[in-house]
Amino acid sequence: MARLAWLIPLFPLASYGILAFRGRVLGERAPYVAIAAMAVSAVLAWGTFLEQVLGAPPFVWRAAWAVGGERVITVGYTVDSLSSITVAMITLVGGLIFVYSVGYMHGDPYYARFFAFLSLFCAGMLTMVLANSFLLMLIGWEVIGLCSYLLIGFYFRRRSANLAQMKAFLTTRVGDTLMLVGIMALFWQFGTVDYQTVFEAVHKGAEKASAAVRLGPWEIPVVTLTALLIFGGPIGKSGQFPLHVWLPDAMEGPTPVSALIHAATMVAAGVYLVGRAYPLFFFTPHHEALTWVAWVGTVTALMAGLIALAQDDIKRVLAYSTISQLGFMMAGLGVLGYTAGLFHLLTHAFFKALLFLAAGSVIHAVRTNNIKEMGGLWRSMPVTFWTFLAGFLALAGVFPFAGFWSKDEILLEAYHHDPAIYTLLTAAAFLTALYMSRLVAYAFFGRYRGPEHPEPDPWLPEDYARAGVHGPHHGHEAHRGPHESPPVMTVPLMVLAFFALVAGFVGIPGTGPEGGSWIHHFLKFEGFEEAGIHAPSFSWPLALRSLAVALAGIGVAWVVYGVRWVRSDQVRAWVGPLYPFLRNRMYIDTVYAWVFVRGGLALAAGLRWFDVHGVDGLVNLVGGVTVLVSRLHRLFDTYVVDGLVNLIGWLTRGLGMLLRPLQTGRAYHYILVAAAGLVIIVVVSLWRL
Amino acid sequence: MPILTLTLFLPLAGALVLLFLPREDADRIRRVTLGFSLATFAASLLILPQFEFGRREIQLIEQAAWIPAVGVQYKVGVDGLSLVLALLTTLLTVLSVLYSFRETHRVKEYNLLFLLLETGMLGVFFALDFFLFYVFWELTLVPMYFLIGIWGGPRREYAAIKFFLYTLVGSLAMLLGILLLYFHLPPGQRTFDVLEIIRQRPLAGTGLLAQLAFWGFFLSFAIKVPMWPFHTWLPDAHVEAPTAGSVILAAVLLKLGTYGFVRFSLPLFPEVFRQHALLIATLAVIGVIYGALVAMAQTDLKKLVAYSSVNHMGYVMLAVAAAAYAYGRPELADAAATALNGATMEMLAHGIITGALFLVVGVIYDDRTHTRGVDDFGGLWAVLPKYGAVSITAMFASLGLPGLMGFVAEFLIFVGSFSIIPVFTALAALGVVITAAFFLWTIQRIFLGPTNPRWANLPDLDRREAWTLFPLVVLMIVFGVYPKPLLDIINLTSSQLVAMLR
Repeated sequence: MARLAWLIPLFPLASYGILAFRGRVLGERAPYVAIAAMAVSAVLAWGTFLEQVLGAPPFVWRAAWAVGGERVITVGYTVDSLSSITVAMITLVGGLIFVYSVGYMHGDPYYARFFAFLSLFCAGMLTMVLANSFLLMLIGWEVIGLCSYLLIGFYFRRRSANLAQMKAFLTTRVGDTLMLVGIMALFWQFGTVDYQTVFEAVHKGAEKASAAVRLGPWEIPVVTLTALLIFGGPIGKSGQFPLHVWLPDAMEGPTPVSALIHAATMVAAGVYLVGRAYPLFFFTPHHEALTWVAWVGTVTALMAGLIALAQDDIKRVLAYSTISQLGFMMAGLGVLGYTAGLFHLLTHAFFKALLFLAAGSVIHAVRTNNIKEMGGLWRSMPVTFWTFLAGFLALAGVFPFAGFWSKDEILLEAYHHDPAIYTLLTAAAFLTALYMSRLVAYAFFGRYRGPEHPEPDPWLPEDYARAGVHGPHHGHEAHRGPHESPPVMTVPLMVLAFFALVAGFVGIPGTGPEGGSWIHHFLKFEGFEEAGIHAPSFSWPLALRSLAVALAGIGVAWVVYGVRWVRSDQVRAWVGPLYPFLRNRMYIDTVYAWVFVRGGLALAAGLRWFDVHGVDGLVNLVGGVTVLVSRLHRLFDTYVVDGLVNLIGWLTRGLGMLLRPLQTGRAYHYILVAAAGLVIIVVVSLWRL
Repeated sequence: MPILTLTLFLPLAGALVLLFLPREDADRIRRVTLGFSLATFAASLLILPQFEFGRREIQLIEQAAWIPAVGVQYKVGVDGLSLVLALLTTLLTVLSVLYSFRETHRVKEYNLLFLLLETGMLGVFFALDFFLFYVFWELTLVPMYFLIGIWGGPRREYAAIKFFLYTLVGSLAMLLGILLLYFHLPPGQRTFDVLEIIRQRPLAGTGLLAQLAFWGFFLSFAIKVPMWPFHTWLPDAHVEAPTAGSVILAAVLLKLGTYGFVRFSLPLFPEVFRQHALLIATLAVIGVIYGALVAMAQTDLKKLVAYSSVNHMGYVMLAVAAAAYAYGRPELADAAATALNGATMEMLAHGIITGALFLVVGVIYDDRTHTRGVDDFGGLWAVLPKYGAVSITAMFASLGLPGLMGFVAEFLIFVGSFSIIPVFTALAALGVVITAAFFLWTIQRIFLGPTNPRWANLPDLDRREAWTLFPLVVLMIVFGVYPKPLLDIINLTSSQLVAMLR
């Protein structure tokens, strides 16, 4: 099976090719191509995964891709426990989201394009996961960034979507550029960017890697600096502080996109990469690169949890929640919880995809994103409600749902390795339960409040006309209150809800050998054993403590938003300026807009002025001076050089004029002159004698 | 069969044939021109089976005595570098001629000049005699001058004269350099043979004279590239040139400069080049960042693409400077070869991608809207789906998206140069973000958002336009996904150069 793993990304890629060129012809049938391709990939991926579960050895395949002198740069793929379990998750979640999209996107004028982009995304994501080198990883990484860009702006007539897609691509590209510099540094140190070679070299401690670079007052080992530069990529992609700003805006894309790309898979790519490149981070002196990872993750988890409390857009709350959970994963990896962080990545993919899809089902029904305009939906949309509830309980970390097991692992590792981070993460876990309960209370309980401003249709009548589909502008159906979505959308919800419940069971102690959990046995980092680091074993007091924290969050929310013993505007009054601060996303986006966007544009405009008036001005000045000099030359030429010529001419002519009277044309005059001349000659000759 | 000579003079023969065709029969003139450019392309492809892929040195040499009294001969040959650039030239000429079927003004002269230009460009890449090289170098100047000056936009005369004079100043400086080299050969052995002069390096150790000759060559090549701050002729020339002229200008003529640096400056003056490598790298980095920022502030699409060329050619020069800086350090040989591979790859990638971008601008400007203002459009993707897909692909290729050709080039340049001049390279990497910013902003303003009602009924790409753009897009993707076949050829020259520079 592992030898066929290279086919896993190729099927979605082929689907993209077909849909890109034949999408219009396929029309309504476009999704079947995409779903069939995903199904084949899923079979291959699960086969590969099960083979690894049964103990197959890791498999690596390489081929030459580029050359530089004697050096060969290879690309290839690697199948091991980490990559196989991740592709299994991606194909499963991806496939379900494809099915859901058949219903959600139905009637869209760019139906085929949507599935084409989704297919390309999956191809890129699977490539990125299976890659065996930083080079191929980067290729997949940027392809998914491109798809994210294209899909955030899928409703391309919307200005807000256009701005969001640019913001996403550029913000992540800042991180990607740092990562690119990190990759250059790897190439410099080891002459290759192949994972295996690099990690072995880092382990041994290469000469160049242990040298120190001076950065202002700090001296930092090259290997640490390299790891941190590489971490720039994950900071951008996985929405870590300070490059998290794009992710909430990315919710401008269709909801299945938010579920697949901006919750389950792409944003987790950063976490995956840190996991993949764990040796690089781990083998830095004192694991200092991991300490950075842990703190970035912790700050992100806490910050995003706070901001999520003050958002009213259902997808934005979920987006900040995603940022916060990605922070948890990073923190987990950072506090030496290799398994914990990646375990949370996998469980989170299921329940967050579920939450987004269920939210999409809600939005589909009520035609607004504002949770304050929803309410009472548990009655009219039972399947959506119950499945959303499963996702909510998993996210909040309630026993026995998936999030409980994985989040507990992270907290456990943090407790053992860094108490400060443990405290902060516990606070973030409390916030998670709190903002999610607020969301559930507003959306599903109370009475239905109906949207004041239903979401406008993203397309114009001519878009539908051009695509030959009947949009909502034709045959308008009266809106009769919210109702449940069709089975093509609810069945994927139910499947995901099932996984949101059971996906965590692999983390139950006793499911693996020696009383440990299966996931710890399957996903483990070899370097720990050598360094004498052992994963702390499951402890009930800590687990109960984190369960209590989650229930406390839900309880507080229930007091304010459920039974309303305390009204939310009272809370708002108590916290004073904190509320506007959080509501405006801590003003981070505002500062960036001023400094980078306006600053960058002003700099560009200034340089343009300089180019026209400075550089080109100089060129034109040289040209002008040359012309001026040549004019002077012309004057000189006209009046001096030519003047001299003219003077001679004039003199000659004047002389001629002087002599002209002599030329009378009469013979006797000439004879007279000749005779006179003769007389003179004779006289002069006589004189000289 | 003297395949190089055949390739070289086929376009010239075509130009002669055109002379005897009646000027009224525009259609036949176009078809004959297309036929000759296709034949030249085919001939250039026929070089491949004769090319020995295991040999790093210049091969397939064809020579004949020309002016033996002063040591001038007709001598042509190819290696990896000149081969790929010649292929780029013949392909782009075919596409430019095909695109120019729409030109109706003085068709005969227009096509004649194009064929003449092709011979000039191929001659520069093939020539192995400095005298011959100089003749071809100057020969490229004249047709382009007329193409801009006669078929150009409103300020065509200013642009044409600026282009001509600016490059001519450079050429003269180079001529002085060539003569310095020539007269430093021992009397009796004086020759213009490039390989012989490189072998002898007559100016090595002469101090000031070597400096003078180096800077003479530098000025000529730097203007052609163009490096900051010698770049301001470029936006004017591009804006005024007809579409096909812009394509050739960007795709091939700029490469003459970087080709010159790699072919002549590196092996002729390694010590002097190394001495000034950091200065040149500084200019390159300024070009990268400055070019990208100024491109961002443009509202004319053609100017925008022109400044993006300044940005991309900056990457090429960064790699060349890095390779020069590695002179005398054998442990950096592979890094230098990687950087040079990246530089050559970027020459090709920029040729293909920027060629496509100028065609894209031409498609929308020449026949459809007669405006190039970035802000005059909006929502075009809905109206022109094929055109939108092609343009967006080309722009993403230009901003270095992995999977497309530009990335391969940038990646190799970056990883190669970083091992030699890390700080400069890291700074240049900043350009990647700015390039992304201005291309995305351009895509947004032209293709996304609400449709400008003025353009609601524009026709999508027609068959001929599709045929001019399609090959370029295919190449961007093919060599972006799997660059090895191309790199195997390029690496021959890079390895050879690096071996020479040890």
